[in-house]
Amino acid sequence: MAAGQPILDVRELACIRGDREIFAGLSFTVPAGGALLLTGANGAGKSSLLRVIAGLLPAAGGEVLLEGAPASTDPAGHALRLRYISSQDALKPALTVAENLAFYAALWGGQVTPGPPSLEALGLGALASLPGRVLSTGQRRRLALARLGLAPVRLWLLDEPSLGLDVASVARLGDLMARHRAGGGAILAATHLPLPLPDARELKL
Amino acid sequence: MNASVFGGLLAVLGREWKLALRHPSDTLAAVLFFVLVAALFPFGVGPAPETFSRLAPGALLAAALLAALLPLDRLFGAEAEDGSLDQLLLSGLPRGVLAAAKALGHWLTTGVPLIAATPIAAAMLNLPVEAWGVAMAALALATALLSLLGTLGAALTLGARRGGVLLPLLVLPLAIPAVIFGAAAIEAASAGLSAAPFLLLLGAGVSIAAPLAPLAAGAALQND
Repeated sequence: MAAGQPILDVRELACIRGDREIFAGLSFTVPAGGALLLTGANGAGKSSLLRVIAGLLPAAGGEVLLEGAPASTDPAGHALRLRYISSQDALKPALTVAENLAFYAALWGGQVTPGPPSLEALGLGALASLPGRVLSTGQRRRLALARLGLAPVRLWLLDEPSLGLDVASVARLGDLMARHRAGGGAILAATHLPLPLPDARELKL
Repeated sequence: MNASVFGGLLAVLGREWKLALRHPSDTLAAVLFFVLVAALFPFGVGPAPETFSRLAPGALLAAALLAALLPLDRLFGAEAEDGSLDQLLLSGLPRGVLAAAKALGHWLTTGVPLIAATPIAAAMLNLPVEAWGVAMAALALATALLSLLGTLGAALTLGARRGGVLLPLLVLPLAIPAVIFGAAAIEAASAGLSAAPFLLLLGAGVSIAAPLAPLAAGAALQND
């Protein structure tokens, strides 16, 4: 990767859902170590933008480049270079905390260990053998976020990551995000709540 | 197929298996449905054992296919509801491989228990014991075909309103050959003839559907 090349480069991106244009002509970049906060009213298209960048929604126009490679030419390879934490926690209530995480570790690589950077990164160490169905809202959110601690990738797409988290967990999430950025990763986060992302730029949709 | 794709397929399959073991109600519901439908026929037909020998093969096949349909609308529906489908689609696994893993998972957790329950249903329908083995083989192939076609149907109807009603309407007509050849195989076995031609035709159906149905299902898979 050439020096100074942004991790994420979004050019003239447009998204249409149904008959409605959600956004159009949207261009921005996120450099290595950078973070961009997406803000805006409900329905402004924050989640749609994250889904288009992840490749889950088709773009109506424009293109998304991740580390210089267009997303459209190799969707599977594109998906492997990012983590998308949606507003849904994607947990199976019947599986334990460790099993839920181990499934994604098997898909992506990485190890589920009791300590950091795996379970303990979000304070889940003591909950490892509990089934997902008994977790509280905040604990479920932490387990979803714990996927970020598995195999490292360059881009994190986070949809309301801190929703339902207590103060201590938000601080842990802050540490996790700071480590990711220090390692040259980039973060794009949609949020209504203040996030512990120092010097993040803001994009208002 | 490279190592990471195969590993991903095994991971999805292992998860399906584990979920079925933790929540056996879906599997049990299908098996009980199968046995109960087979048990209803004798009540309707009355005490005429010779009628059963004509009826049993078709009834066995129809009951098994209907039972195997039961958990199909949750195949991708449950994943879409809790957000897991997004993560699976972003797992880097080709979508066709993902669909193949789901189809195989459905067959292992629904088809195989139905095969195991076949002797019970066969006994209720007064099928000659000599034909039980062929009945199990015919059901194994027929349920495999249904798992493949059903995965395609589940992917197509994902997100559709009343998808649960649409799915059988879409899949059952395609399963007609499975009923014809499966029943013919069992009938041949109970008459002391060779069932091999019919089983081979069923096997041919499975081997055509095995690569095509997951590919089509993968292309249809989308979550929005």
